[in-house]
Amino acid sequence: MAIRLEIPTALRQFAGKQASVEFNATTVGEALQQLTGTYADLRKHLYTEDGRIRSFVNIYLNDEDIRYLQKENTPTKDGDTISIVPSIAGGAKI
Amino acid sequence: MLIVNSDIAQSIRGYGARDYPNETCGAMLGCDGAEGREVRALFPLTNRRDDSPRNRFSITAEDFRAAERAAREQGLELVGWYHSHPDHPARPSEYDREHAWPWYSYVIVSVASGEACDMTSWQLSDDRSAFQTEEIAWAIPPGTIKR
Ligand SMILES: [Zn+2]
Repeated sequence: MAIRLEIPTALRQFAGKQASVEFNATTVGEALQQLTGTYADLRKHLYTEDGRIRSFVNIYLNDEDIRYLQKENTPTKDGDTISIVPSIAGGAKI
Repeated sequence: MLIVNSDIAQSIRGYGARDYPNETCGAMLGCDGAEGREVRALFPLTNRRDDSPRNRFSITAEDFRAAERAAREQGLELVGWYHSHPDHPARPSEYDREHAWPWYSYVIVSVASGEACDMTSWQLSDDRSAFQTEEIAWAIPPGTIKR
């Protein structure tokens, strides 16, 4: 099943400069694994060292935040779009 | 190289002073050219960190999408982010680095006792290990006549 994955501008340099890529996957997690399997340099920007999606990385399945669905186990179907949407954080002190 | 004209720089300083003692934050819209990355417009955002706005800022995914839309409507790109450091130097903290994205320019303005002073720009290294200084070129706003 073909799933389209949209890459944010900031990460395109690690994904062959593409704005989107297509993979066959049955869950969101599987699609993300395909993505980081193909483009290994993306991994450290999306996942923490213990393999969890970073807090400022938001994954949307067709405009719905997967945190409110079944997270990485959210099933996908043919024609779905997964978007990686940044949130931005920082601050003066540690 | 980040090209910032004096109007844009004044606006960032102004937002920093206005929101003191809290951190101000927003998006920078512009384009990448032969001379460097030029900031053409700002898109101020609300600091969503109600719990500790004096030393943290947060921009949600919805805000991010709004900023990208604004950039698109103006024929520009979302090229970076600005935020203030109230009573702290204009250098990225460890927290800034941990939460940073590559590629973007991160402008920091230091606001000391309510007055905006140093402004610097930074980019995350590709391996996430450090923030590197991005030189700022101070430009004259377009259409300004020098006398
Ligand atoms: Zn900061």
